[in-house]
Amino acid sequence: MKPQHYDAALLVAGFLVCWQLLYMLVGPEVVSPPVDTIMRAVALLRTGDFWHDAASTGAAFAYACAIAIAGGLVFGLVVGLSRFAAEVADPILGTVYSIPKITLYPIILLIFGLSPAAQIAFGVIHGIFPVAIFTMNAVRNVAPVHRRTAKALRLSPWATIATVLAPAAIPEILSGVRIGIAVTLLGILIGELFASSSGIGYALIRATERHNVVDIFALTLLLFLFAVGINALLHAGERRVCHQI
Amino acid sequence: MRLTKVGVTRAALVAGAVVALEVLCRLGTIPRATMIPPSEMLAALWQILKSGRADADIAFTIVNMLAAIAVSVVFGFWLGAMLHALPRARRVFEPLLSAYYAVPVFIFYPLLIVAFGVGRTALIVMGAMFGIVAMIVNTMIGLDRVPRVIGRTATVMRLDPIRRLLLMRLPAAAPHLVTGIKLAVAYSVIGIVAGEFILATAGIGKRIAFGYQDFDNKTMYGMLLLLLLLVTAVNGALSRWEKRLHHRFGRQ
Repeated sequence: MKPQHYDAALLVAGFLVCWQLLYMLVGPEVVSPPVDTIMRAVALLRTGDFWHDAASTGAAFAYACAIAIAGGLVFGLVVGLSRFAAEVADPILGTVYSIPKITLYPIILLIFGLSPAAQIAFGVIHGIFPVAIFTMNAVRNVAPVHRRTAKALRLSPWATIATVLAPAAIPEILSGVRIGIAVTLLGILIGELFASSSGIGYALIRATERHNVVDIFALTLLLFLFAVGINALLHAGERRVCHQI
Repeated sequence: MRLTKVGVTRAALVAGAVVALEVLCRLGTIPRATMIPPSEMLAALWQILKSGRADADIAFTIVNMLAAIAVSVVFGFWLGAMLHALPRARRVFEPLLSAYYAVPVFIFYPLLIVAFGVGRTALIVMGAMFGIVAMIVNTMIGLDRVPRVIGRTATVMRLDPIRRLLLMRLPAAAPHLVTGIKLAVAYSVIGIVAGEFILATAGIGKRIAFGYQDFDNKTMYGMLLLLLLLVTAVNGALSRWEKRLHHRFGRQ
């Protein structure tokens, strides 16, 4: 066993032990024990209702990610290429990024109505800013000597972007995309918790209202594993791309 | 503030956006049921503040925010310093810390409601859970980058470990700690406001959500504006402080 696998196993084991101890301390009214929760999660995976909710959340998540990444990349590239535009935009983007976007959800609901479109839009306003900010900074941080080389070689603007700027900026852009995807998921789930008619977040808030502790824990566990899985995949992809460049 | 071309353009851009919104709302291109003009938002906010009917909610939210920020910053600093001092433990927790914000932490709010009931405690714990990891990570980064000569100086002066941490390494790590504080503040605020939105007994977020459900756009946009101004002011002040410290200590 490699040392990092050993560490990971230690972390998971410690987590499960703490969870079990907490259960023994406060009782089933508040904490559902690990074994029951895992069994319930597996049982949920076999129900049609769960997959109906998962499909609804998954579709909104996929659309929102596509729009946030495409929009953020285009904005970041265009603004990042001009030093002046980037200096103007930087603090504005930083401020917008740091405001709690949940407060804007009512506005989005008033615009789009209670629909999947509202959830997608809400996911997009979470994800687009980190992608835009990272892309913009990545392009700004490309060493001037690279740009001068492109100029000296008389590359066309397209060739400059494709063969010089993109490879130099891609590692940082990919970090932005990874963060963007993570916060888009956060946005989609918060949207579902606040107001929606389907989705995993909706199932979670229903379980909360019924005080169904086992369901709350099982759904939270599944969402947690999903988010960790996505993050691990993106990390692996990022490493491979950066390795190739 | 110095007038620069960048600053003027930025101000013009923001002002232009507000004016455009005002015009679109006045013309009815954006229907009143969707959004009220910015000038009316300001008037609504003034009304709310003057009448004092939201004072209890504003105080509730601000106290919760301060509590969550204090917990994140103080415990985040000590946990970060502890993990920094124990490399073995740090190796075990590192993957958890780096993947933490990839998990939508907010999904734990229902668990907190079950544990603490609907109220202040669940909100503060939610806010602290959002903020603390940013502080832990930045504390570790800051301590990693303290120049070795500072540790040697502390040894020469025979400082005990606590003084060594508080008098020597804390100031040397200050720029990164301020970055940690800035992020902890932003994340804690998001956690608390989101919690108030979804399920709470009071608070600014609760008022906004209530305004939305009652089709009371004046209250909704007034409180929204209050929250945005509050967050922007705090974030702006912390960013300036961060920039000044980075400038003084030099970016490492």
